Amino acid sequence: MNERIARLRQQSLSTAPSLSLERAHLVTEFDRQARGLSAPMYRARLLQYVLEHKQLYIGQDELIVGERGPAPKAVPTYPELCCHSMEDLDVLNSREKISYTVDDEARRIQQEEVIPMWRGRSMRDRIFAQMEPAWKDAYAAGVFTEFMEQRAPGHTVLGHVIYQKGLLELKREAGEAVARLDFLNDPGATARREELRAMMVAADAMVAYAERNAALARSMAETEPDPARKAELLTIAEVCSWVPAQAPRTFYEALQAYWFVHLGVVTELNTWDSFCPGRLDQHLEPFYTREVQEGSLQRERAMELLECLWVKVNNQPAPPKVGVTAAESGTYTDFCNINVGGLRPDGSDGVNDVSYLLLDVIDEMHLLQPSSNIQLSRKSPDRFLRRAARIIREGWGQPSVFNADMVVEELLRQGKSVVDARMGGTSGCVETGAFGREAYILTGYLNLPKILEVTLHDGLDPRTGKTIGQRTGDPRSFATYDELYQAFTTQLRHFVDIKVRGNNVIERLYAEHMPAPFLSLFVDDCIARGRDYNDGGPRYNSTYIQITAPGSCTDSLSALKCHVFDKRDLTMDEVLTAIDADFVDHERTRLVLWNQSPKYGNDDPAADDIVAQLFDTVFDSIDGRPSTKGGTYHVNYLSTTVHVYFGSVTGAMPDGRRAGVALSDGISPVQGADRKGPTAVIRSAARMDHVRTGGTLLNQKFSPALVEGDIGLDGLTHLIRSYFTLGGHHIQFNVVTAATLRAAQAEPDKYRDLIVRVAGYSDFFCDLTQGLQDEIIARTEQQSL
Amino acid sequence: MQGTVFNIMHYALHDGPGIRTVVFLKGCPLSCLWCHNPEGQALGPELMLLTDRCTGCGDCVRVCPHGAATLVDGVPGITEACTACGQCTTTCAQGGRTLAGTRMSVPDVLGELLHDRVFMEESGGGVTISGGEPLLQAAFLRELVDACDSEHLPVAVETCGVGDGNDLLWLAQKGVLFLYDVKLVDEARHRQWTGHGNAGILANLRTLAQAHAHVVVRLPVIPGANDDDANVWQLVGLMRDLGLRRVDLLPYHRIGTEKYVRLRRQYSLPELQPPSTEQLERLQAMFEAAGLEVVTGG
Repeated sequence: MNERIARLRQQSLSTAPSLSLERAHLVTEFDRQARGLSAPMYRARLLQYVLEHKQLYIGQDELIVGERGPAPKAVPTYPELCCHSMEDLDVLNSREKISYTVDDEARRIQQEEVIPMWRGRSMRDRIFAQMEPAWKDAYAAGVFTEFMEQRAPGHTVLGHVIYQKGLLELKREAGEAVARLDFLNDPGATARREELRAMMVAADAMVAYAERNAALARSMAETEPDPARKAELLTIAEVCSWVPAQAPRTFYEALQAYWFVHLGVVTELNTWDSFCPGRLDQHLEPFYTREVQEGSLQRERAMELLECLWVKVNNQPAPPKVGVTAAESGTYTDFCNINVGGLRPDGSDGVNDVSYLLLDVIDEMHLLQPSSNIQLSRKSPDRFLRRAARIIREGWGQPSVFNADMVVEELLRQGKSVVDARMGGTSGCVETGAFGREAYILTGYLNLPKILEVTLHDGLDPRTGKTIGQRTGDPRSFATYDELYQAFTTQLRHFVDIKVRGNNVIERLYAEHMPAPFLSLFVDDCIARGRDYNDGGPRYNSTYIQITAPGSCTDSLSALKCHVFDKRDLTMDEVLTAIDADFVDHERTRLVLWNQSPKYGNDDPAADDIVAQLFDTVFDSIDGRPSTKGGTYHVNYLSTTVHVYFGSVTGAMPDGRRAGVALSDGISPVQGADRKGPTAVIRSAARMDHVRTGGTLLNQKFSPALVEGDIGLDGLTHLIRSYFTLGGHHIQFNVVTAATLRAAQAEPDKYRDLIVRVAGYSDFFCDLTQGLQDEIIARTEQQSL
Repeated sequence: MQGTVFNIMHYALHDGPGIRTVVFLKGCPLSCLWCHNPEGQALGPELMLLTDRCTGCGDCVRVCPHGAATLVDGVPGITEACTACGQCTTTCAQGGRTLAGTRMSVPDVLGELLHDRVFMEESGGGVTISGGEPLLQAAFLRELVDACDSEHLPVAVETCGVGDGNDLLWLAQKGVLFLYDVKLVDEARHRQWTGHGNAGILANLRTLAQAHAHVVVRLPVIPGANDDDANVWQLVGLMRDLGLRRVDLLPYHRIGTEKYVRLRRQYSLPELQPPSTEQLERLQAMFEAAGLEVVTGG
């Protein structure tokens, strides 16, 4: 990388995240004077007020401009969604991991302005006030989490729109849609008009903000002594005067246009998974090819501009999370995830020159954010996979690898058109979506082992002594494994019902109170329908429940089936007594369960038949239910960091796991249970029918020796292709030794730069909690076994 | 027909091209002092003790039908009466007793190999039959190769070269890839380090070369035993003479030493260290200078 990028990168890395109360202050000020506005118009004017008054930032060396906060890594809060208490601020400031500096001025603003205005009115307050007791009990027990209690629905990825249209054109389209409204026959016409007018205000707000940046660049240029930087500032001014008002004409303008839209989305609301630039290589290719041919752009310059964008993304840590939400997603990463490769709309191979350029950028920048992945089709060339594999081999967890053909198949199964499916991809950790056309909302994680634990206690949560499930009977009375499984199925449906009832309420709360008119501008067909992103405006609307720890749940079911019902060398009472005692004085029972039961991840049908059945049961319990937005429920399998939290609230299990220990992550086997190497893990994981999900996450940890040399690289690429031939959705690799990780745990200061793949994203190892660090170390180092 | 198999290893990258599944047949006529698979030497099943896992619960002593399992002062052991029936291995909850060597039928082995078909086909890999010395179970080996053939799984055979030349020629006609160990070219030195002469080994190699079989010569690089210039030049001469093009250098490693403890045997070379990178590079350069294709660690 050149010196400019080295400086920008270093600045981004060395700046500590801090809390900025600027947005909270402006939102509060706006709220005081806002009267008589419809909800969409209120939100649009609020965005406008923030963008008009927020402090601008154009840093030395920057080519792509605009910050969400007043400075890099100054993270805003969203009191209308989650109004932090003073204790929350103390925790954020002082907690060991994922902390945010909170200064006295911020504390004063929070105490004097924000809390008096927003306490009791935030979405978080509204949600908890409306949840039924059964929901609250299950939530407190750790059966599921709730994504929307501190953050807004998001998981949104841009389609082609921003690269082909300017905001003024989108505003004109919204105006035309207003003109087409039928106020005589359409009872929703007034609501549509409000939504569309709000979109038009939001468009103006962003154009004005870009123009403010242009003006700042111009005035900085006037006093800039260095002629080279002066010229750069004048170029920035020109670019910001053109985009995002107009469609970008150049590679440079395309990147700046995207960045303004990104800022708009994450300023409007604290959407989960921030925002992603979609199929970046395909969107940028026309600009790149034309300008390179004309001689107006060199590869090095394109790389520099992309790297400036990378720094911008890295400057935006996730909005601060507290409580369960912090535990389930304990990271600074905000999941902006770059897709590279994949297919074109006509189904041909999508890999192009910009794909390789992006891989070079990913390799060179070596940053936590943005996250990156390749979309690997059977049509993708091996050269592309091998280039990516060389980066994977460096061992910092990027890029992860997705099966582009499977992603298309998943989207087709859900009813998307073939072109929309091919232009889809994955965002966040592993979530499949039709880019620019779908709201695919994750609503919370579901803890399968906890549900089994409740089943084994006849509806009781042994940790609290509260009955939270159905009374499905004392398992000591079950004569067959099928009876046990039936009881588990009943409990699963019970908790899914509770979760869905809660989701229905929350979906309506967001539709009514938190429309997102700016985001809606960019997602087809919000303008055409005159409906908001959060109220069924997109062409496709999917609601997800994320399933966690099928590995731990399968191993527990398998141990019970094997020992209690098949071999009958243990009784149900012996197992239950042992787990209730957390195996204290029952170590032999624990070892029998742990060492002598079929385990998922070993290509053993005795365990893998159970995971396949479990998959079907979960699917049948969730997929196809209607949402309140005219959409449908689906499942996906990922865990971010929730398997640690869920583990902490789940007691000892029949697989021999002790109470409190982390559960298995994603669809990976239980840590240390896979003893036959990576091919066996892959065969087991492929027993799930990935087509009927919206994404699964398989984590593999390799020691460097296993991927050494050309032979190791070939092995890695063939392993990936094999998994995808078997129908796998995603695979990612950590390439480190356990010894290295232990050393990093002992002397974190020496290993601050150590990035590991956690569960769908990469993180600094030393930023992880001890529990998660231990879990990563424990995960089987895959050797040839 | 049944054979004695002591391991089936998945995702092997260094035993022939592509991703391979390796079947280890038990029993070997050689007893190389550096052997890293000592559990592959004897023909019959053997009990291995993982003493550090023992919690002293005494389950093994209670279940052993021959009174052969012992526990003295908390240290597990076995007596001469052990028949390697495996009763204690399925009982020990800690996995502290394992059996090296299982009787398996050809369909059993093939069934497990077919699990890995997708990896073999994606990578141009296949099945590698190793040992021990697979030719010691020649009838089983032939049946297994036939079975793989019928499923279109490519086969490689790792051999030390001791065996019936007719079996080798039969394998050659099947199109098998030979990974053929030549540890030392000098007969006396070969006997000194492996306990066995090499006249038959070199004759079999010549037979295969004349039959134009696919042969990769493999030289385990054992410092002080066979990594001297004299042995290298002799091997170069032999390969040129036979028209063999490729040699794999397999650096000595110490991973097998723990297995001697588990088998209650003494390791003869406790002080031996792996060859240095410089030494490996030097050897590689010598072979390359002679116009041979060399893969280190291959």
